[in-house]
Amino acid sequence: MAEAETGAMVDWLALDAETAVGEIVARLRDIVHGELRKRGAVVGLSGGIDSSVSAALCAEAFGRDRVVGLLMPETDSAPETLELSRGVADSLGIEAILEDITPILEAAGCYRRRDEAIRSVVPDYAPGWKAKIVLPGLDHGDRLSVFTVVTESPDGRRGETRLTASAYRGVVAATNFKQRTRKMLEYYHADRLDYAVAGTPNRLEYDQGFFVKLGDGAADVKPIAHLYKTQVYQLAAYLGLPGEIRTRPPTTDTYSLPQGQDEFYFLLPYDKMDLCLYGWNHQIPAGAVAEATGLQEDVVERVFRDIERKRAATRYLHLPPLLVVDPLTAH
Amino acid sequence: MSESSIESHVRTFIAANFPLRSTSDPIGADDSLVESGVIDSAGVLELVEFIEERFGVSIPFEDLVPEHFDTIRSVTSYVASRTGAVSDGGG
Repeated sequence: MAEAETGAMVDWLALDAETAVGEIVARLRDIVHGELRKRGAVVGLSGGIDSSVSAALCAEAFGRDRVVGLLMPETDSAPETLELSRGVADSLGIEAILEDITPILEAAGCYRRRDEAIRSVVPDYAPGWKAKIVLPGLDHGDRLSVFTVVTESPDGRRGETRLTASAYRGVVAATNFKQRTRKMLEYYHADRLDYAVAGTPNRLEYDQGFFVKLGDGAADVKPIAHLYKTQVYQLAAYLGLPGEIRTRPPTTDTYSLPQGQDEFYFLLPYDKMDLCLYGWNHQIPAGAVAEATGLQEDVVERVFRDIERKRAATRYLHLPPLLVVDPLTAH
Repeated sequence: MSESSIESHVRTFIAANFPLRSTSDPIGADDSLVESGVIDSAGVLELVEFIEERFGVSIPFEDLVPEHFDTIRSVTSYVASRTGAVSDGGG
C-alpha cells in the first residue's frame, strides 16, 4: 500500500480497529441471529483481503465452528488462490470446503461462450490462449472508456484489440457465470446448515457497483460494505490475518491473464481511489485530494466525475425486483 | 453528406438504441453523452461502431477521446472532418 505517497490516509481513513471490529461483530450477531434467525455464516474465500476479513469478522461474531469458508477455484483462478484461501481458513480455525466450479462452468458453457465472444474480434483466439479485458488508465490521458481485450497466444504473442459492444457484453455475460455459480454454492451450503451468506464487498466496490447482480452482489449480510478498502487492510492487521493476504495485490482473479481491478473498472489503485471517493463524499476540494493522493488536480476532477458516472450507471444493480404493484400492500 | 444530415443520423441512432435514457428530455447538442448518463462504456462502443459502419470511416485508438465523442456536436464535427462533409452553417 502506498502510504508513503498518500500520507493523508492516516487522517482521512484511519479507524480505531478494535472499536470497529466490536461494532461490526455486535451488529453481525443482531442481524444474523436476531433478524435472519440463522446460526452462522458461509463466506466464499477468494484469498483476497475482503473475503478474509469478512470471514474473520464472522468467526469473531459466531464462533469459528459456526463459519464455513468455501474455496471455489476454477480453471482461470490464479495458482496461489487456493493455497491462500485455505491458509485463511486454517488461520481462523474455520471449516474449509473445496468446490471446484470448473465442471459447472463448463456445463453452463461459460468458457465456450466467452471464447466465442472473444473470437468475434480476435479470430485466431483458440484453446490455450489467455485473455483479459482492460480499460485505458489515466496514464493514457483523457481517453474514452473503451474496452479492449488483451490476448496472449500459447507462444507468448500479445495483442490488444478494441472490443465491439456485443463482444464486450458477451465476454462479461459469460464470465458472470463464475460469480453466480459461486453464489449458488454459497446458498447451497447456507441452506444445508441454516446459515446466512455473508457478502464481501468493500465500500469502493459497493458504492461503485463493482459486483455481479445475483452473483457476488447477492448476500444476506455484508459486513464490510461501509469500509473503504484501506480500512479493510487496517482491520486485517488488527485481526492478525496472514501476511501474504495483507500484501497480495487486489485482483479480479476472473480472467485467464492476471487483471488488476484498476485495469478493468477503477481508474486508480485502490488506495488513491479510496481517497478520491472519501474526498468526493466529504466535499473536499479536488486540490486537497490531489495533494493527498499525489495526483494532478484535473485528474482528481476526472475521477470525481467518474465516481458519479459509475453510481448512475450501476444504480440498477442495487435495486430489488421492481414491482408494478406491491402485492403485499395492494388490496 | 451535410453536417445536419450527420447530426440527424447520430440523433436517430442514439434515440433508437438508448431510448430509456434519452426520451425524457431532448439531448442538447452540447450535452455530455457519457456524463449525462445517456450512454455508458458499452454504449460508447456501440456509438463508435455505428459511426464506422454508417459513415464508412475507421476510427483509430488515438481518436477515441471525449473531444470527438462526448457530445452530439463533437461527434458530428468529427464525422464531418473524417468524411469531408459540407458544413451547412448550422449550430
